[in-house]
Amino acid sequence: MMEKVKIIIDGKILEVPSDYTVLKAARMAHIDIPTLCYMEGINEIGACRMCLVEVKGARALQASCVYPVREGMEVYTNTQKVRTARKANLELILSNHDRKCTTCVRSENCELQRLAKELNVGDIPFEGENINYPIDNLSASIVRDNNKCIVCRRCVSVCEKVQTTGVIGAKNRGFKTEIGVPYDKSLKDTSCIMCGQCIQACPVGALREKEHIERVWNALENKDMHVVVQTAPAVRAALGEEFGLPVGTCVTGKMAAALKRLGFAKVFDTNTGADITIMEEGTELLDRINNGGVLPMITSCSPGWIKFCEHYYPEFIPNLSSCKSPHTMLGAVLKSYYADIMGIAPEKIFVVSVMPCTAKKYEIDRPEMEVDSLRDVDAVITTRELARMIKEARIDFVNIDDEPFDNPLGEASGAAVIFGATGGVMEAALRTVAKKLTGSPLDEIEFKQTRGQEGIKEFEINLPNITLKGAVAHGTGNARKLLDNVKSGKAQYHFIEVMACPGGCVTGGGQPIPSFKTKNELDIFSLRANALYEEDRSLPVRYSDDNEFVKKLYEEYLGEPNSHKAHEILHTNYTKREKYSDDFLDMTSVGETV
Amino acid sequence: MAIDNEMLMNIINKNKDNNGALMQILHDVQDSFGYIPYEAQKVIAEELNVPLSEVYGVITFYSRFTLNPVGKYKVGVCLGTACYVKGSDKVLERIENILKIKAGETSADGLYSIDATRCVGACGLAPVMTINEDVYGKLVPEDVDKILAKYK
Repeated sequence: MMEKVKIIIDGKILEVPSDYTVLKAARMAHIDIPTLCYMEGINEIGACRMCLVEVKGARALQASCVYPVREGMEVYTNTQKVRTARKANLELILSNHDRKCTTCVRSENCELQRLAKELNVGDIPFEGENINYPIDNLSASIVRDNNKCIVCRRCVSVCEKVQTTGVIGAKNRGFKTEIGVPYDKSLKDTSCIMCGQCIQACPVGALREKEHIERVWNALENKDMHVVVQTAPAVRAALGEEFGLPVGTCVTGKMAAALKRLGFAKVFDTNTGADITIMEEGTELLDRINNGGVLPMITSCSPGWIKFCEHYYPEFIPNLSSCKSPHTMLGAVLKSYYADIMGIAPEKIFVVSVMPCTAKKYEIDRPEMEVDSLRDVDAVITTRELARMIKEARIDFVNIDDEPFDNPLGEASGAAVIFGATGGVMEAALRTVAKKLTGSPLDEIEFKQTRGQEGIKEFEINLPNITLKGAVAHGTGNARKLLDNVKSGKAQYHFIEVMACPGGCVTGGGQPIPSFKTKNELDIFSLRANALYEEDRSLPVRYSDDNEFVKKLYEEYLGEPNSHKAHEILHTNYTKREKYSDDFLDMTSVGETV
Repeated sequence: MAIDNEMLMNIINKNKDNNGALMQILHDVQDSFGYIPYEAQKVIAEELNVPLSEVYGVITFYSRFTLNPVGKYKVGVCLGTACYVKGSDKVLERIENILKIKAGETSADGLYSIDATRCVGACGLAPVMTINEDVYGKLVPEDVDKILAKYK
């Protein structure tokens, strides 16, 4: 056990592990020290100077987030000197910050705005020089506005340390320090995986998703189009937060009702696409195992992960399942089978996906994501964008009555809804595969080995004629470790699930950004994931292969899973991509008129 | 631009296993190539297993490193406080006019580049300009013509 030391903070005697920082000790004792750049374990660099405290005997005020505790240390967090210094630092940060708060995407959920209010900052006594930075809006998923950036480096740390992509960094020096891509190029031309974890990390409005809201409003206005919407499993577990509902509230019925009020002709559940995915992917797995195919097979639901694999581990491309992701599968089904049975011309169908994900915006633009030159999906809005649309339409979300998803797709299985949490795709596949191999429904349908926040989860399942070895990784940093183990022969598996975002889709880059306080106090991942596990338990159908619509789809249209027809519309292929492209310097620079 | 890959790999391999390898490598590349081209940054990033963004960040942090080739003659004009109040901005302006390039740029023939520097530590001679290792002090703008003429 770690040795403990006694320290005194604001007169309160505390006993804390000797490797603690003053900030960590204070937070343990519910002594509130403000921070901006600090992210525990990820970005502890003492850059923003908001966490300054007085340490008895120390020469100057100290940044508590990087100041280690020491036996007998006396700390004061609330003296005139501390308050004045913190406030002056905050005023300096604000002095060259683009302070158009009313029109900022992060208004009311901005850590800088919140601190300005809490530290009682009034007029800024000095107006700093404002460098007018061009906005990088060339990427399909992520927009960066450095006029709002406070150079805290949280996005940089997440990108490099958590996701191990490191496509952005600090450039130049001093006042001219700027976060971004080398040579003023756009994120678009880097090996950015579009996961949006940088957006989740940003304390201010410097990072946001590329909005598709106008695209959707315009489609809804076009009376020639049959505009349908589908919602990913993780959206229902978080959307309520945007309307003040507690974290972990499942809002499936309210969400469906609100979407109908927005004017969509039909509201479908991406879970149906997830059930189709299990049919295709499960069959593909058994086929690879039985016929000497490339193993381990790796899931392909997460477009961030796919892009990561293409850039950083192209040698694993043959291991990727050829399945499209659930929402693109469903999009393709809507523009073929659904169009047929409804008697609607496929080109008149406009498919909108509501996703917890920013990478899905990039995914729908991939050239492969089409059938007969019709795009599988026409627009992707994040959970946050949906909330904005609902607010703009003045829908009383909290008080709206639940409504079901529309027919003919109806309700999907419980196996599909858990896709939204890390391990969920694996568990859903195991249910169907195990049932198929044992020939009867399972005694224990929940595969707990796949659940939880451990970065890499490994397990073995005994099935007739095979002991299935699997692993689940979430966050591409963990995926990297797992793949390195597979590459070196240290570990062997049949089946691997990878989700690009830590925690999986429930904590995806397109999800509501919890306030600073909420993030500190609650286990966001577990609360949202449990909402999905609850919904799974409440559903009558819990195997993907028991989904009535999916059965009919195969009977009437696709034939068998992995059939020729299924391959034509539900499967895809991948491309090896450079980490650093040779013609990088010829790419459009940010702010350059194209 | 094609770079001498063998030279680059020699520099990288010589320093690779040392602490602070990145800084050493950047110094050597700057000295050998006259700048640190993108092609070299890519290789350095791959070989040291650090992101390109970090390599680029270090290069742009230190004024010692440059992204573009510097001229055969590196003209530095001190814009530190002492030189500035003694009119070094006028000196810089004159140099820019004669060489037809701005501070931070290199002339098309690769002969000259101009640097607007911070204090060079010769305030007693203000205003000061340097050309490579040579120092010229107590300048008036008109002096510049003759001085530059010496460097061809």
